[in-house]
Amino acid sequence: MRRPLDKATYYRGVRMVPYDLVKELVFASAAVLIVIVVLAAALSSPDVPSLTIARWSQEDPVDFVTTATAELAGSSDSAQYGPPYNNGDGAVQHLWFLHPQEWAGVHYGVDTAQQFVLNPLQQAATGDPTMASALSTYNGADSTQQAAWSDAYATALADATTENGRVSVTTGDYGPLPVMMNRLLSLAQSGALDGLLLVTGNFYETDYTKPLLYMGDGGYLASLAENEKLTGSQWGMMNETGRYPGQTWLWLFTVWYQVAPFNRVHGFLGVNAANADLAIIFVMVVLSAALVAVPFIPGLRDIPRWIPIHKLIWRHYYAEMKSGHDPPA
Amino acid sequence: MSAAQSSLPRDDENGGWTGAVRRAVVRRLPPDELLPTHQPSYVRSWTYLFGVITIAALIWLLVSGTILALRGPQWWHHSTSGKFVNSLHYWGVQIFFVFMVLHLWAMFWGAAWRHGRGLTWVIGSIIFFVSIPAAFTGYISQQNFDGQWIAVNAKDALNASGVGRIFNPLNFGQAYGIHVALLPIALVLLVAMHIVMVRVKGVVRPLGAPPLSTDAEASQ
Repeated sequence: MRRPLDKATYYRGVRMVPYDLVKELVFASAAVLIVIVVLAAALSSPDVPSLTIARWSQEDPVDFVTTATAELAGSSDSAQYGPPYNNGDGAVQHLWFLHPQEWAGVHYGVDTAQQFVLNPLQQAATGDPTMASALSTYNGADSTQQAAWSDAYATALADATTENGRVSVTTGDYGPLPVMMNRLLSLAQSGALDGLLLVTGNFYETDYTKPLLYMGDGGYLASLAENEKLTGSQWGMMNETGRYPGQTWLWLFTVWYQVAPFNRVHGFLGVNAANADLAIIFVMVVLSAALVAVPFIPGLRDIPRWIPIHKLIWRHYYAEMKSGHDPPA
Repeated sequence: MSAAQSSLPRDDENGGWTGAVRRAVVRRLPPDELLPTHQPSYVRSWTYLFGVITIAALIWLLVSGTILALRGPQWWHHSTSGKFVNSLHYWGVQIFFVFMVLHLWAMFWGAAWRHGRGLTWVIGSIIFFVSIPAAFTGYISQQNFDGQWIAVNAKDALNASGVGRIFNPLNFGQAYGIHVALLPIALVLLVAMHIVMVRVKGVVRPLGAPPLSTDAEASQ
């Protein structure tokens, strides 16, 4: 078994020079502090206010009602998502024999019709006979009738108009949906729905899964993100709001989303846009493992010898060696 | 010898388990090696500053992060001083990553894992990969539009990989706790290990330096 060298042996033939590590750290800390104080004072930091369901429903009531109708009908992204939220399959990804999303299973139990629409309306129906009647009609109808009302209403919403924050559609057979959705819109615009979505029976709440899924299903959040150049096709993962740097260190993770086969419908070798998240994570895990294991991978560990950037790093040392000024200590 | 001195138990060679641990620690981490006053002349390269600047940035991240945690997550949105400390934290993260990546590249091109330093490289690269979720959980703890959007988008990749079962980016409480406690503790421990390993092993010799006629050099 080889024994590790003591430093005296390891540094044999190397000129040792005084070096104050503590002083270096103190000076570096002072320099970094000055830099971040100047940057903070001059540039501040990004802080675009968060979006609330209240603001969403006030700014774009048609988008809110359209999204809420899809949540009720079970046709929204979240309603059909799959694990870990529910038993859908709309967002389930797999790669070859790898099905980690399904293996992980359902964990949060998101039921968009009940939690995003019916429960809030039920709570708001107290003392509101019109609302109570509408809910009773909806809940008393069979699923075929409910789907027919939802389809008809969703179609009509494409040509909906707004007046004083109210959404109007052409006359049709929508059952109780116009009453329900306009009541939900009122709840949302007042800010009550933001709170109702967090209610679990506990006083303290820190889990924003439901309101964030809700907003993610709509088009308004994405339109704001697009304005800030934050969407996936805009390298959004590494961007920030405004002109601030974001998580630029995620550039390699982000770049894959911009290239084939990860951004193609048909893709290659079972990799395509539909399973791009999983495929890219797979690629990044492999690359990350390779980086960690560089010292033990022949070829990879030899790259620094083949590409002599080290001659730049240690150029003074090599110059001293060449001139014979670095004799053994 | 005074009476007081003679009344103390003799700190002899044995000392039981405590003595064995102490001797092992001193043998592996001798103070002269941990805080040397001399370094090889080749350390006088500006690339060696990348590491210490990264540590300096981490120190200010911990300081500013501690202040932010003490004042609570609403403070930085509604007060000038809170906004300023939040900005220190934000720019500290940028400096931290820029110099950590520069340090990583400098060590790569210097093949710093040679001569028995493979584990030092492994710990260093793990620090990089732990820093990414540390920053990520910070970004989604911002409580602003960017935090919302990042969380909504990131959920798909996390869910696709199965990680979504144990970490839900839409759960602010979970992300905040991980950001202010678990990952900083992990980072500080890993950085401490990394620094101790660098100090104990010493700074790797330059590529092409006169060879050591030892097994260690032959095994590089």
